[in-house]
Amino acid sequence: MVEPLLHTDRLVKRFGGLIATDTVSIDVRPGEIHALIGPNGAGKTTLVSQLTGNLAPDAGTIHFAGSDVTHLPTHARVRLGLARSFQITSVLREFTALENVALAVQAHAGHSFRFLADVRRDETLRAPARQGLEAVGLGARAGTLASVLSHGEQRQLEIAMALAGDPKLLLLDEPMAGMGAEESQRLIGFLRALKGKRAMLLIEHDMDAVFQLADRITVLVYGRAIASGTPDEIRANAEVRQAYLGDETVEVA
Amino acid sequence: MDYLLIQMLNGVQLGLLMFLLAAGLTLTFGIMDLVNLAHGSLYMMGAYIAWTLIGLTDSFVLGALLALPVTFLLGIAVEVVVMRRLYARDHLDQVLATFGLILFFNELVRAVWGPAGKSIAVPALLSHTVEILPGVLYPAYRFAIIVVGALVALFLAWLVARTRLGMLIRAGASNRRMIGALGVNIELLFSLVFGLGAVFAGLAGLMAAPISSVKIGMGDDILILALVIIVIGGIGSIKGAFVAAMVVGQIDIVGRAFLPDFLKTFMAPAAASSAAPAISQVLVYVLMAGVLVWRPTGLFGQRN
Amino acid sequence: MAALLASLRTPRGLIVALILLVFAVLPLLTQAFDQRYLLSIGTRIVIWSIAAISLNMILGYGGLVSFGHAVFFGIGGYAVGILAANGLQSAWLQWPVAIAASILWAALVGALSLRTRGVYFIMITLAFAQLVYYVSAGLEAYGADDGLNISRSRFPGLIDLRDKASFYWLCFVLLLGTLWFCGRFANSRFGFVLRGAKSNDQRMMALGFPVFHYRLAAFTLSGAFGGLAGILLANEGAYISPAMMSWVKSGDLIVIVVLGGMGTLFGPLYGTIAFFVLEESLKPLLDLVHKGWGEYWQIVFGPMLVLIALYARGGIDSLLGRRHG
Repeated sequence: MVEPLLHTDRLVKRFGGLIATDTVSIDVRPGEIHALIGPNGAGKTTLVSQLTGNLAPDAGTIHFAGSDVTHLPTHARVRLGLARSFQITSVLREFTALENVALAVQAHAGHSFRFLADVRRDETLRAPARQGLEAVGLGARAGTLASVLSHGEQRQLEIAMALAGDPKLLLLDEPMAGMGAEESQRLIGFLRALKGKRAMLLIEHDMDAVFQLADRITVLVYGRAIASGTPDEIRANAEVRQAYLGDETVEVA
Repeated sequence: MDYLLIQMLNGVQLGLLMFLLAAGLTLTFGIMDLVNLAHGSLYMMGAYIAWTLIGLTDSFVLGALLALPVTFLLGIAVEVVVMRRLYARDHLDQVLATFGLILFFNELVRAVWGPAGKSIAVPALLSHTVEILPGVLYPAYRFAIIVVGALVALFLAWLVARTRLGMLIRAGASNRRMIGALGVNIELLFSLVFGLGAVFAGLAGLMAAPISSVKIGMGDDILILALVIIVIGGIGSIKGAFVAAMVVGQIDIVGRAFLPDFLKTFMAPAAASSAAPAISQVLVYVLMAGVLVWRPTGLFGQRN
Repeated sequence: MAALLASLRTPRGLIVALILLVFAVLPLLTQAFDQRYLLSIGTRIVIWSIAAISLNMILGYGGLVSFGHAVFFGIGGYAVGILAANGLQSAWLQWPVAIAASILWAALVGALSLRTRGVYFIMITLAFAQLVYYVSAGLEAYGADDGLNISRSRFPGLIDLRDKASFYWLCFVLLLGTLWFCGRFANSRFGFVLRGAKSNDQRMMALGFPVFHYRLAAFTLSGAFGGLAGILLANEGAYISPAMMSWVKSGDLIVIVVLGGMGTLFGPLYGTIAFFVLEESLKPLLDLVHKGWGEYWQIVFGPMLVLIALYARGGIDSLLGRRHG
C-alpha cells in the first residue's frame, strides 16, 4: 500500500450550528486522479479551503507529503508542492499570460527579495513559463494581457499557473466550469496525460469528465464522505445512487 | 475620591459624545463600505449651524433643535451629490473625494463665518451644578450631555434591535449584497443611514461647543479619535462603537487628569503638563494596537 | 542607451527629459532671472517628489492606501532636529539615524497594520501617524506645537548645506537616485510580487508567495525614502514642526500620487509639480475672477479633488500617451 500523498484525518468544520465538514477522512495517492463529487452545498469548497489553508479546521489533521500541514499557512503548503486552480477564474488581469506563469515559476525559484535585476529579461523564469503555456496550448497567446483572453483561455492559464511550480498535488476546483463540449474534451485529454506524473484532487459536477478521468471517487453529502472507491464501486453504491445520482445509471462514453 | 468620580463622569460624557460621532461613522463604513473622512466636517457644520440658529432665536434649546433637521438635510445633500457616486468605487477614490470635502467645508466655514472661532455659551438653564451624590457637585450642562447621549444610545439600541430599519442595518453590516436581494430600496436606505449619521455628528458638535470651542477644523482631530474607536470596536458594530467609546473616554480623561501629577514625580512641571495629553493619547493608540493584534477586525467586528 | 534615446522620441520621454533638464539647471536659471524664492520652491518640489515616489512604491505599485505617509517627514526631520539641538550636527551621524528611525517605525506600523485590510488599513495608518504627531506636539523640550528651529546638517569639508544652490543640487541628485531605484524596483522580482499582490493577493498566496512579508518589506523601504525626504525638508527650512506631518499633508501626498499617475515611474514628479502649480495659481486666478476670492482657493481645490477621484484616476501620466510598462 503506497503512502498517501494527502491524508485528512477526521476533519471537522462548523459554522455556528452548521456542520460543513463532518469528520472527513480522505486520502489521495501519488499520481492518481481522485475526484470529489457531491450535490451543491455538500461542503466541497469548504473542504478544499481547509486543504489549501484558507480555512482552519475545528478538529482533525491534514498531512501532505509526509508533513502535518493542518496549521501551515497557504503559501507554505504551496512550497511543499500543493497547487490549486480556482473555481472562479482568478488570473492576474493586468499582466500578460507569460507574466502570469512566470510569476508562478518565480514563487518556486527561491526568494523574491531582489530589487535591481529586471524580471522581464530573466530567462530562468520566462523559458519555463513559455513551456508551461505551450503545454496547455496557449503558446501563441504569451504576450496577451490576461484580461483580454477568452474565458476558456483563462481557465487554461489557471492550469498552467498551477502547474508552473511542478506540484506534487493539483487541486482543481471545477476546471471545466463554463467550458463548451469541445474545450472540455481537450482539457480532459490534457489532464489524463498528466495522470501518473502528478496527483490530482478534482472537484467537478461534470459527471462525464469525472468518470473518464478518476481513478477513485469520494462522494460528499452534507459534509460527510458517504463513499469512497473506484468509479465502478461508486456507480454500484446504493447510498450514492440515492443521494446523488438519483438512482439512475449514468451513461458514460 | 470625589475628584476621581468627577473625572470618570467627564470620561463618560466624552465617551458618549464620541459614541454619537462614532455610531454614524461605523454604520457608514459597515453598511456602505464607505470611507468617509468628511464625517468630522458634519460635526463641525452642526456646531456652526447651531451657532447661527442660536444667535437668531436667542435660545440654546430652540437653536439646537432647529440645527438638527438642517444638519440632516445637509447630510442627505452630501450623500446625494457626492457619496452616492462613491459606493461602487474603491477605497482610494473615497479617501480622495472625502478629503476634498474636508478641505471644501473648512474653507466654506472660513468664508461664511470667518476665520476666528465662535463661542456658544452654556445655556442659562444649565449653568448651575447638580448634586449627583451627597457633597459631590457636577456641572449641569455636562450632566445634560450624559443624559442626552445615553438617551440617543438607548434609542439606537432600540432602533437596531426592534425596528425594520434596524434589521436592515444589522443585515447590511454583515452582508451588503443580501439586503439588495431582499428587495429593499437601497438608495433610500443608504441616504437614511447617512443622514442619521450626520444628525448624530451634528448633535455631538453642537453639544460639545459650549465646553470646547467652535472653530475651523474642529472635526478633523476628533475624527481621528472616532476612527480609532470604530477600529477598536469593530467596523459596522454599534455595540462595539459604544464599548470602545466608553473605554477610550475613560482613558483619555482620567489619563489627562492623573498623569501630570504622576509625571511630575520625575519630570519638570512644564514638561509633565505638555507630555500628559500626549501620553494619554498614546495609551489610546496602544489599546488600539493591542486589540488589533488580538482581533484584527476589532472587538465586535465581522470576521471575513 | 539606445532604449533611452528611443524613449526621447515619445511625448512622455520628451517631457520627462525637459523636466529633468530644467531641474538640473534651476539654480542657474533662478540666479539669471534673479528669482531666488523660486529656488526655494524648486527645492521643495524636489523634496516632495522624493516623498511622493516613496508613497507611490506602496500605493501606486502595491495598492496599499497608507494615509499616514507624511509621518516620515516628521520622523526624518525630528531625528535630525533633536540630534542637532543636542549638539550632534554631523550629517554622517544624523542622516543614518534618521533613516534608521524611519525604517523602525515603518516596520512596526507595517507589522501591525498589514494584517488588516481595506478600510481598517487606511485608518490604522492614519491613526499611527497621528500618534507621532501628538507625541511631537507634546515635546516641550523641542518646541512642541511651535516647532523647532535647527541648524542645518554639517558635511564637514564636503558641502555647505546653507548654500541654497549646493543644497538644491544635493536634493536633485538624491531625487535622481530615488528615481533610479524605483525604476529598477518596479520591474524587479520584488516589484512584480508587490504588483501581483495589488492585482490579486489571494492568487499570489495561492502561488506560494508570503504576501505579508513582501508588503512589510515594501512598507519599510517606502518609509526609508520618506524619512530621507523628511531629512531634506528639515534642512530646507532649517525648521521642523508637527504641522509638517499633519494628516492633511498625508492627504496631499496621496493626491499627488494619484494626480500624477499611480504606479508609474514619473507620475509622482508630474503630480508634485502640478500640485505646487495648482496651489500657487488657484489663488491669483480666483482673485482675477473676484478680488478677495483667492484667499478661499480650497473651496475650488476641494471639489476638484472630488472630480479627480471620480473621473481622472489615470492621472497626468495617462494623458501622455500609451505606457510602455
